[in-house]
Amino acid sequence: MRNLVALGLIIWCSAVWSQEWEDRKLFNTEDAATNIRIISSTDTDLFAPLVDAFVSQNPDVSIEYLVTGTADINHRFRASPEAFDIVISSAMDLQFKLTNDGFALNLDGVTHPAWAQWRQSLFAFTSEPAAIVIKRSEFAGHPIPRSRQELIEALRSRPEVFKGRIGTYDVRQSGLGYLFATQDARASETFWRLMEVMGGLDVQLYCCSGEMIDDLTDGKIAVAYNVLGSYAEARPESRETLEIILPSDFPTTMLRTAFVSKTSSEPAAAKRFLEFLLSTQSNRTGNIRSLPPLIDQTAGVEGSKITLEPTLMTFLDTLKRNKFLAEWENALIHN
Amino acid sequence: MTNKVATSGSLRNRLVFTLIGGAAVLALLFFFVVRSFSVQIAQQGQDNILLASATSMLDAAAIRNSTIELDLPYSAFSMLSTQADDRIFYAILQDGKFLSGYEDLVGVDASSSNTPTFKTSFVRGAKVRIISASRTLIGASERTEIQIILAQTQDDLSKTLDQISRNAAFLGFGFFALTSALSFWATSATIGQLGKLTKSVTRRGPQDLRPFKRSVPKEMGPLVSSLNSLMGRLDQSLSQSEDFIAEAAHRVRTPLATVRSYADATLQRVDKEENREAMRSMIKAIDESSRAAGQLLDHAMITFRADHLVREEINLVELTRDLVERLTPIAEMKDLSLALHSDDQVIYKGDPVLIQNAVRNLIDNAMKYGPMESTIEIFVSRVPSPSVTVCDNGPGFPVGEIESLTTRFQRGENSKDIVGSGLGLTIARDVALAHGGNIHLENKLEGGACVTLSL
Ligand SMILES: Nc1ncnc2c1ncn2[C@@H]1O[C@H](COP(=O)(O)OP(=O)(O)OP(=O)(O)O)[C@@H](O)[C@H]1O
Ligand SMILES: [Mg+2]
Repeated sequence: MRNLVALGLIIWCSAVWSQEWEDRKLFNTEDAATNIRIISSTDTDLFAPLVDAFVSQNPDVSIEYLVTGTADINHRFRASPEAFDIVISSAMDLQFKLTNDGFALNLDGVTHPAWAQWRQSLFAFTSEPAAIVIKRSEFAGHPIPRSRQELIEALRSRPEVFKGRIGTYDVRQSGLGYLFATQDARASETFWRLMEVMGGLDVQLYCCSGEMIDDLTDGKIAVAYNVLGSYAEARPESRETLEIILPSDFPTTMLRTAFVSKTSSEPAAAKRFLEFLLSTQSNRTGNIRSLPPLIDQTAGVEGSKITLEPTLMTFLDTLKRNKFLAEWENALIHN
Repeated sequence: MTNKVATSGSLRNRLVFTLIGGAAVLALLFFFVVRSFSVQIAQQGQDNILLASATSMLDAAAIRNSTIELDLPYSAFSMLSTQADDRIFYAILQDGKFLSGYEDLVGVDASSSNTPTFKTSFVRGAKVRIISASRTLIGASERTEIQIILAQTQDDLSKTLDQISRNAAFLGFGFFALTSALSFWATSATIGQLGKLTKSVTRRGPQDLRPFKRSVPKEMGPLVSSLNSLMGRLDQSLSQSEDFIAEAAHRVRTPLATVRSYADATLQRVDKEENREAMRSMIKAIDESSRAAGQLLDHAMITFRADHLVREEINLVELTRDLVERLTPIAEMKDLSLALHSDDQVIYKGDPVLIQNAVRNLIDNAMKYGPMESTIEIFVSRVPSPSVTVCDNGPGFPVGEIESLTTRFQRGENSKDIVGSGLGLTIARDVALAHGGNIHLENKLEGGACVTLSL
């Protein structure tokens, strides 16, 4: 009886395990001695070329690539840090806090610019700006908004077109969405006005960039705010129909980060993968790269680029988060 | 005459060790003082930043609609950003109840006094500096206390301290090396003064008892002045005794001459053989005494002149020729001939009286100890140094005694029946030494003695 219960539990667990991932892919399962498990928020299509390149150079390593949302990564990894070897996420603040809390392994000997790493544990490997993506057809004959202010004006001038057809992150669900929103709020009051306008136009809320771009391509929505431009660029079919706008008033640029779990069972192989990832992403002429490269931020123009600093933890504070979410809901949701 | 002086320890070593030891102690002291100061200052710096951060957090707290609100300011964490990426932990408590942040910080510091408290502790395995600060909020109907516990790791601090320690160590070592070099230099400069004095003492001739006039460091003044007074007393007693000897010799010689002439006269008148024998012994003894008195007088004169050597230019050849001419009559009485071999002239700067006296003693010896009817060869030469050599065809110096013959009153075994005092060679030697030269005695291979007076 007890055995049966245990068996049932195992089956249930593995079912839950495979069911609850947005995506799950195995690389090089045949003749690999060591297996590393990567938990990531990056879509498999975007990341696969890189992993393929790695396993072809390292046939002794197999990789299990698991995809889920940024907030979910935080929960799952905190619950069982020993189950994963590498954590990749676009939510810099959550990644930063995991590192600060001591979940990341210190990787001596990995050379990476100081601005793109923290404590020799957390490493940034892409620079990705938050973009406004619009459907070109909806703006035919109208000026294309180049800044948040212009977007507000565009939305206000044609409410009949945009009512129910604006998308943005649900910051309560998405870690990256929350990061973008808090950084925007910090940089300018325009953000709150935009949110109020969007709230008045019955905004659609999304968990992930991918879905937002799907709906944009399908024409379900006309504008997506604070979405990752890299996801839109990666779709060949949407290149003509969609326009990616980097707001000229203040661009918010996020760094996608990775770290090796302190409780990893394969730290050496995980470190090898991380080094491969960093060198590929820092190399400007690499052709296996499918992700945006890491661009030196220190040479940038604006100050609104998100840096790997303790300030990232400010908006993760429970009191602060509750207050922010309350304001956000107040602005966006009217019912 | 080298006396072994009993020594214990070295002044130089003692000085060097004391100075270097002192420098080492000072350098270490410097290192530790600098380190402990910088630990204090660096810790103070971190504490100040922690306090500023905690204060800014507390300032953000407010009561709204009787609920507590704490809008964490961005600056609170941005000021805690360090070069070494230090980790930070914090907890916000209301009346001791956890509100947000890191729950494991609760209880790390239970104090809720109104002044902020600092301490060093461990959180999640990392060494951290913790500040605990609180503030009382007064609302419409209630009062509540907000407490902030804020912790930061000390990686940056220890990095800075390592750097400071390294610099302090370098500085301390540099200081030590410099002081060591300086102490070596100072020691040898100090000891060098002693060395200089020693050198000028040893450089002096054996008869030079003049006081030291050259200025010496103050500390060495007493030593030099007591040395001077010692030499003064020595000089005085020496010249007193020499004066005394000269006086005595002079006083003895005159009555001896009288006795000698009486004895001669008596010998003419005495017929009995045994009485004549006694008279002859008496005359020999008188001769010996007056010879000794004469030589003593000469020796005293030579000692005096050597002390106050007055050099004048002389031609050694001429000087020797004069002497030979004067001695020729005496030589002829013994059927001896004196042959002088020399260059035209050998010019030398010295005291003619002394040199003449010395050469006379040498010729005198050759005539006394050489055989009758022979030739005494006298050479005067310029190279390798100005010298006068007197050679005879006699039996030569007694082998085995040759080393000691120049000492005072020392006579050879071949001198039994010959009148003499044992001072002749001593006089010659002293003259040579006074002029910075020496005397050399040797036996020729074909027989005969040779004495060289080199100047
Ligand atoms: N030419 C010589 N040949 C052999 N022996 C000599 C000769 N000259 C000196 N000596 C030896 O050296 C000794 C020392 O000589 P020195 O001239 O000092 O004393 P002295 O001749 O005995 O006495 P005086 O003081 O009267 O000269 C002599 O006693 C003698 O034994
Ligand atoms: Mg003699």
